[in-house]
Amino acid sequence: METILEVNNVIKQFGGFTALSEVSLHVNKGERLGLIGPNGSGKTTLINCISGAFTNYQGSIRFDGGDISLLKAHERTKRGIARSFQIPRPFSSMTVMENLLVPFAFVGGKDGPEQQKEAMAILQGMGLADKAFVQSNQLSQVELRKMELARAMAAKPKLLISDEAMAGLAGTEVDEVLDILFDLNKRGITIIMIEHIMQAVMKFSQRVVCLDAGKIICEGTPETIVKNPEVQRAYLGD
Amino acid sequence: MFSVDLIFEATLFGILLGCFYAAVSLGLSVAFGLLDVPYVAHPALLILGSYFTYLLCKTGIDPVVCGVLLMPIFYVIGIGFYRFYHETFEKRSTDTGVRGLAFFFGMAFIIEVCLILVFGVDQRTVAASYIGSSLEIGDYRFPYRMLVAFGIALTLTFVLTIYFSKTFTGRAIKAVGQDEGALRLMGANPVRIKQIAFGIATSVNAIAGAMLIIVGPVEPAMDRIYIGRTFCVVVLAGLGSMSGTLVAGLVLGITESIVMMTFGASWAPAVSFGLLLLMLGVRPQGLFGR
Amino acid sequence: MKFATYSSLLLLGLLGLSVMGGVNEYVFFAGFVVLQFVVLATAWNILGGYAGYVNFGVPAFIAVGAYTAVVLFKSISAPLLVQILGGGVLAGALGLGVGLLTLKLRGIFFSIATVAVVFILETIVNNWRYVGGATGLQLTRPADLWFFDSYVRMLFFVMAVLAVMSVAIARYVQDSFLGRGLRAVRDSEEAAECSGVPTLKIKLIACTVSGALMGIAGAPMPMYLSYIEPSSTFNLSYSIYALGMPIIGGTSHWIGPVIGAVLLATLQQIVTVTVSNELNVLIVGVLLVLFVVIAPEGILGLIKKWKQSSK
Repeated sequence: METILEVNNVIKQFGGFTALSEVSLHVNKGERLGLIGPNGSGKTTLINCISGAFTNYQGSIRFDGGDISLLKAHERTKRGIARSFQIPRPFSSMTVMENLLVPFAFVGGKDGPEQQKEAMAILQGMGLADKAFVQSNQLSQVELRKMELARAMAAKPKLLISDEAMAGLAGTEVDEVLDILFDLNKRGITIIMIEHIMQAVMKFSQRVVCLDAGKIICEGTPETIVKNPEVQRAYLGD
Repeated sequence: MFSVDLIFEATLFGILLGCFYAAVSLGLSVAFGLLDVPYVAHPALLILGSYFTYLLCKTGIDPVVCGVLLMPIFYVIGIGFYRFYHETFEKRSTDTGVRGLAFFFGMAFIIEVCLILVFGVDQRTVAASYIGSSLEIGDYRFPYRMLVAFGIALTLTFVLTIYFSKTFTGRAIKAVGQDEGALRLMGANPVRIKQIAFGIATSVNAIAGAMLIIVGPVEPAMDRIYIGRTFCVVVLAGLGSMSGTLVAGLVLGITESIVMMTFGASWAPAVSFGLLLLMLGVRPQGLFGR
Repeated sequence: MKFATYSSLLLLGLLGLSVMGGVNEYVFFAGFVVLQFVVLATAWNILGGYAGYVNFGVPAFIAVGAYTAVVLFKSISAPLLVQILGGGVLAGALGLGVGLLTLKLRGIFFSIATVAVVFILETIVNNWRYVGGATGLQLTRPADLWFFDSYVRMLFFVMAVLAVMSVAIARYVQDSFLGRGLRAVRDSEEAAECSGVPTLKIKLIACTVSGALMGIAGAPMPMYLSYIEPSSTFNLSYSIYALGMPIIGGTSHWIGPVIGAVLLATLQQIVTVTVSNELNVLIVGVLLVLFVVIAPEGILGLIKKWKQSSK
């Protein structure tokens, strides 16, 4: 098993508040990793450190054999890390197709007719093909979530971080998004899933890491995690 | 050239001036610092307050009283402004940055030009018993009008600081800037809270405008340099810090006073704007910001 | 290639106009101002419309262009084209500087910083005797008129070329990767960064290009007026025009600022001469607020809606 992502002793502080204290984890190539933890435990902060939204943290992060700690977010995207956002951030003045052409242009370097065909293929895989030329501010919640993932895919990532892509979605919609993530993983993309919907996390993950108050309190298979008393305490309180 | 005496006098004057600048910036501290509204029209409303004071003063009422009388009117104006801004810009999420800024910038110009069309470009002043004479202590002269403004400024800062830390609405206003969700959970309506805050911010402009015309003559284009002074104070203090406003005002006042004494009055505008740029480059969160 | 054809035809037409006899000189005086606003509005829109960063300090960049031209003319008798180039380069440098200082912060700080630059530069110029200080400087136009009948006719045509050039640059930015990236930054800077867009770099490019073009618009002014002085050069009213014209015309396409500039600058010539300067600022201010509130996509947006509804 080859390691694709290595987070080493990352400490992130905001003024006097320590959001992450010496977090270390690794992700293997092609793995499906679940990241769970109660609100405020530092999950999104960790993701922001990995994706490069934050660059002033202590510790180091290695990706695909190289140290990326000093790289800015767009450079990390070019290296192969893509992420979706908890609250979707579409390019609202653009159509769905144009949204996808941005990463094609800036990561791949081209946004011509070939890339448009590729974009269509991605959209078809997500069931969004019929909305390709609709302005993105007219999409429904679940369509926006799918477009977030489609846009992340257009960057041809090696690692995809899905930040609560299913939050607020109804039953069948959750399954739709889950299927997309499974499909992407089958094509070789390593996926880190942050999610509160436990069923989805358990179904999807090969390994689960649990964060609480900026520290990793448990790591293991879904079955082990669910039974772990620390995890239960973190979620349900003492 | 650099006698200690002169610097001391300039510093004393700077303290008076600084308190005045702080009071004049309090409204912006609330509207922009706490509520995040790009209220570039704030200085224009300040000048409007001065002109209204000028008009009211003609009936023989003391300018300070005029300012106080104008406060309820400006409160209503402030609420109106915020309601409009909220309905038109805050609610719809696309492209609000440019539109909000353009809106307030346009309003500032409209106010300035209307003042020119109505009053002309000449300077206006008000008369009162304390304008024109000075208090003499030893070798130093303190113009009474500056002392009056200083007194009002301190009172205003004191009252607002108490309001924001002791009353429910005041604390809610401080909270709404940081966590609207939590406020909703507490049963308060964030929009109403922001409305009240904006009303307070604008009504402060009424008394601040009165102070402005007491301290010196006023002309319509003065809103431009006050963009520099008020934003300098707010940025220097740090967004969201009310008490920092006083310190920041003092820093600006003393710096401006010493620069004017050393290099001449024509360098005054550069001080506030220069300090502003310096803060943005070196420490954008201000001295006390969150 | 349609654009190249139409703009060449336009330039030829304007060239013909400038060498024609019997045309009132006033046409060229006023035309120069209208064309200058086309450049300013187009320049403003590259940063304001495409990227969403609002420049309130337009007169600072115009003044850098104008005063650079004055210094070059006074010191080495530089020809007009060198003055324009110098003005553009230094104004571009100012854009880069302001950008480096504030583009990492929120948009409103950039806007306030641009106002700050106006006042600081004005204060410096007021105290700089070489360029006339606060009282200003008289300038004698050089004798070289190329093949034109009057200096104003020549300036008119030069400004026409500059206007077409600016629009061509805006069009190129809009249709290129740069335009796509700027639009992404405007819509969601975070998402743009995660989609591989080097957000700081392209914002700085837009800021520099925008500033340079405004400097280029300002550089011919000293020769146009035969005079330069700070208070009118640094007049903040330039900002309300440079901002209002693209917003009223439409910010999403390069033709919006052109429409806005032609309409409003022509209106300005009529109103300022017949009524007053202040009234014109009021009209532009009111129109700006009206459009921002009711028709945020400007005249272009209204045309689009009208076309859609008549289908």
